[in-house]
Amino acid sequence: MPFAIETIDLTKDYAVGFWRKRPRRALDRLSLQVDAGEVFGFLGPNGAGKTTTLKLLLQLVFPTSGEARILGRPPGDLAAKRRLGYLPENPYFYDHLTAEELLTYFGGLLGLGAADRRKRVSTLLDEVGIGSERRLQLRKFSKGMVQRVGIAQALLNEPDLVILDEPMSGLDPIGRRDVRALILRLRERGCSVFFSSHVLSDAEALCSRVAILAKGQLVASGRLTDMLAFSVSGWELVVADVRDEVLAGLGTRVKRAVPIGGGRYELEVPTSTPPEQLLADLTATGARLVSLNPIRETLEDFFIQRVKQPS
Amino acid sequence: MRTLGWIAINGFRESVRDKVMYSLVVFAILLIGASYMLGQLTAGQDLKIMKDLGLSSISIFGLFMAVFIGVSLVSKEVERRSIYGLLAKPVRRHEVVLGKFGGLALTLTVNIAVMTVALYAVLAYVSWGENEFARQAREAPALDPAMLKAVVLILVQLLIVTATALFFSTFSTPILSAGLTVGTFIAGYFSQDLRNFDQVVNSKAAQVLARVISYVLPNLAPFDVTSQVVHGLPVTAGYMATTIGYGVVYIGILLVLAATAFSRRDFK
Repeated sequence: MPFAIETIDLTKDYAVGFWRKRPRRALDRLSLQVDAGEVFGFLGPNGAGKTTTLKLLLQLVFPTSGEARILGRPPGDLAAKRRLGYLPENPYFYDHLTAEELLTYFGGLLGLGAADRRKRVSTLLDEVGIGSERRLQLRKFSKGMVQRVGIAQALLNEPDLVILDEPMSGLDPIGRRDVRALILRLRERGCSVFFSSHVLSDAEALCSRVAILAKGQLVASGRLTDMLAFSVSGWELVVADVRDEVLAGLGTRVKRAVPIGGGRYELEVPTSTPPEQLLADLTATGARLVSLNPIRETLEDFFIQRVKQPS
Repeated sequence: MRTLGWIAINGFRESVRDKVMYSLVVFAILLIGASYMLGQLTAGQDLKIMKDLGLSSISIFGLFMAVFIGVSLVSKEVERRSIYGLLAKPVRRHEVVLGKFGGLALTLTVNIAVMTVALYAVLAYVSWGENEFARQAREAPALDPAMLKAVVLILVQLLIVTATALFFSTFSTPILSAGLTVGTFIAGYFSQDLRNFDQVVNSKAAQVLARVISYVLPNLAPFDVTSQVVHGLPVTAGYMATTIGYGVVYIGILLVLAATAFSRRDFK
């Protein structure tokens, strides 16, 4: 079975400058594979090269070198496009059209028959929550509503692969929850989902695997939890009924002890202190465990660290 | 073909929902109507003046439309980034260019048809109740079907302008495209003069350059048969076929160039 997406040393240089054009590398030898049926997060800070990668996959821009394949076919292949859905970042659609007309137009381009088209348009507009505004021109839509129309048009052809560029952008909390639910539904029916985001929580909630891009280079890829497990910077231990002299005796075993009310303390434990031993010592003095959580670095910290030490 | 049809219909819909387009058509119809007033100021030349002014109005307002919509339809797609959603569908890039041209051609045809009907309506009103003597005295009948020949040639001429605008807009900004298109239109009226440059210039290099430019530029003067039609002079079927044929070939070349430029473009 071919990969849903495969890139081999995919590279893109843009020419910058007014008089003397010089190349600026937006994407540098990106090689990755997305399996069929998986939800894959493509993460990175702004300007990392995520959108450039998606544009290369859709042949909106042409690669400087390297190659890409979508559903086993080269970018731009019509047969692949028929099985593909795409939501651009901050999408803009023809604002002279109504939501219904836009989806009808795109349904026509996808080769859907008239009856099938009508049914799909109606179902999808209801599904993304704008069924009652279907006859309103898009120029009267809010940013969030346009985003929902964008999601609907990406699903018109019941695609095998959906590429979403920052799908949560412009959505309110309810909208974000709806999109997360939608992506999970797509995964359930076996659809591959490749989405770019710079929001770690979206990726954690949805993805089986992620790739992290920084300054056009792939700095990490794999399961997000696996990647960040190596980056635990300490532990957050919350205990109750701990005596002051016990706290004072902990010395360098804790970085900080902050009272948080109700007789509880939040202790920041460095990685040099095994949390199991500390917990055993505290409970032996009559203290009670409330919670113990690893302190993970943020995605941003992780990026900065990885960019300084390129893979 | 189905894809081209969908893109053309969407382009047509976009144009007819544009308020600027309505304004142009209404203004043109008002000007055609106003030609009645001008006609009254002349002795026995009223219908000639009206036909001349009417056909010129169709040509000038058609030119505004051709340039305005010609440079904007593709560039708007790119600037507003709706092209991303469109090209992600099973559409080839050259189909976008050809479909857009189809939409523009449809828009122009409908608008010119509306203006032509307005011109015939004004002429019918003026000549209504006219006596036999006045009718016999005219070089051409008031509701002369030959005017349609002039209108058809204006339409083909404007389609060349549209294809030129579309071509420029596939690789440059709308303002620059509009400037280049209007420049090409004006130069296109003088391309015959360039062909005769060897009669006024001795430099061999200048003669060759002028000849090359004259063949590159569209030769638009033959599409203007207004004065022949107004004075009742014949415009033969052979002339029509040759001129239209030239227009079709020129449009075809421009569309191939536009599609090629568009197919290689990065949409950053």
